[in-house]
Amino acid sequence: MTSETLVEINDLNFSYDKRAILKGINMTMPRGKVIAIMGGSGCGKTTLLRLIGGAVAPSSGYVKIAGQVVHELSRDELFQMRRKMSMLFQFGALFTDLSVFDNVAFQMREHTNLPEAVIRDLVLMKLHAVGLRGAHKLMPAELSGGMARRVALARSIALDPLLIMYDEPFTGLDPISLSVIGNLIRRLTDALGMTSIVVTHDVQESLKIVDYVYFISEGVIAAHGTPEEVRDSVAPFVHQFVHGEEDGPVPFHYPANSYASDLRLGGSFA
Amino acid sequence: MPRRIVLGIRGVGHRVIESVWRLGRASRFFMLMLLKSGISLRRFHLIIREIYFTGVLSLIIIVVSGLFVGMVLGLQGYETLQKYGSESAVGTLVALSLVRELGPVVAALLFASRAGSAITAEIGLMKATEQLAAMEMMAVDPIARVVAPRFWAGVISMPFLAAMFSAVGIFGGYLVTVVLIGVDEGSFWSQMQNAVDFRYDIVNGVIKTCVFGVAVTAIAVFEGYDAPPTAEGVSGATTRTVVTSSLAILGLDFVLTAFMFRGMS
Repeated sequence: MTSETLVEINDLNFSYDKRAILKGINMTMPRGKVIAIMGGSGCGKTTLLRLIGGAVAPSSGYVKIAGQVVHELSRDELFQMRRKMSMLFQFGALFTDLSVFDNVAFQMREHTNLPEAVIRDLVLMKLHAVGLRGAHKLMPAELSGGMARRVALARSIALDPLLIMYDEPFTGLDPISLSVIGNLIRRLTDALGMTSIVVTHDVQESLKIVDYVYFISEGVIAAHGTPEEVRDSVAPFVHQFVHGEEDGPVPFHYPANSYASDLRLGGSFA
Repeated sequence: MPRRIVLGIRGVGHRVIESVWRLGRASRFFMLMLLKSGISLRRFHLIIREIYFTGVLSLIIIVVSGLFVGMVLGLQGYETLQKYGSESAVGTLVALSLVRELGPVVAALLFASRAGSAITAEIGLMKATEQLAAMEMMAVDPIARVVAPRFWAGVISMPFLAAMFSAVGIFGGYLVTVVLIGVDEGSFWSQMQNAVDFRYDIVNGVIKTCVFGVAVTAIAVFEGYDAPPTAEGVSGATTRTVVTSSLAILGLDFVLTAFMFRGMS
């Protein structure tokens, strides 16, 4: 992790309704790398993405992108910065009233004065990169889950961002679409020289494509390392997560009273 | 028992505070929408697209309802007026009831249930499927890009729909009374012309429709934007749009009528 840092997260804390979601997170994300953030459901991964994107402000600490502290920016400055970053939502979040072509062209039309002929070529190039140039006339309702995710990916690279965040990009995809999306994330990151942050709990797919992994558990970074280090890790949490074991540091049972006392067995059988 | 009373009072207080909060949020939202309307007014094609969805697609229900309301007015008016031998005044009755009251009110009620509910459901679903969040992340303000064009489209469409409703209604009245029953055509139209005043009747009717248009569309866009991003949230918001805007239309109609036609002979 020696190249230039794009995203720096320093002692980040976030609470919601007095409940601490993230506690003292520190991360550095260099340019041109794919970083995975993994953890169980509800561990605060998506919140972390929202903090990086400036959708919520931290309780303390900061997120710095290209030298700017995100939560200190005014709304206009934040919008200026967001033109350089993108987010791929869990189910694509395509605009259902616009065609595939218009979805990809959306940001170009909103933020640039490019002539329509140039926009057309750019959109077709972006769609070609995800293999869906032929589908530009379709409406989002006519796409399969994997295709919708690819169109959303084409839309998120529309303005060649510095940073793309992916919120669970592999959820609900068949194995073919899954590896297509995984490879696209890797290839586009390398080709465009951007930084990708992939929030996921799909361990096997993401370990194939990422450069560095952070594990979050109960709001803190439980472990981090390269994919090789993670695979070989003997740390109990990482081992349980990577191998999908049912019980371990993350217990199978939700905290409860003793089983016997809940079934009222204590008195009658004792 | 006292505990129940305390809980009851607390519940009432909670609801009042919640409603005041919501009212505050709605007012703030309305101001924000007006402030951010510049972009959509400059890019008028965004509004034109919405006028098609809210206005043009509401035409069928407006025209058909207008025709029936006018025909019923003609029948009922004739039935009563002929007892006094003044059935030729039926044109006046039909025109005045439509232009002053039924046109604006019924068209607005239909508009609320046809277009208002659609606007709420659309914006609510865009929120639930993260389309609005995606837009925010693309540095595009959803209030300026999604909400404001729908609001202005509704405000622009409403007076035209109400005018259409009244015009078709008058034609319906004409069909029933003149063509079917045989009331004298000349007196039907000439009495109407004499009795309907442009300033007092037509302009006041148009003012009403503009007020209803603002009320219905503002309620619809706010409910959609404020809807909890779930299936029940969106369905609840759609219901609230129809209920609240119907009540708002009837309440506002009374207030406006009281101001406009007070003391008129």
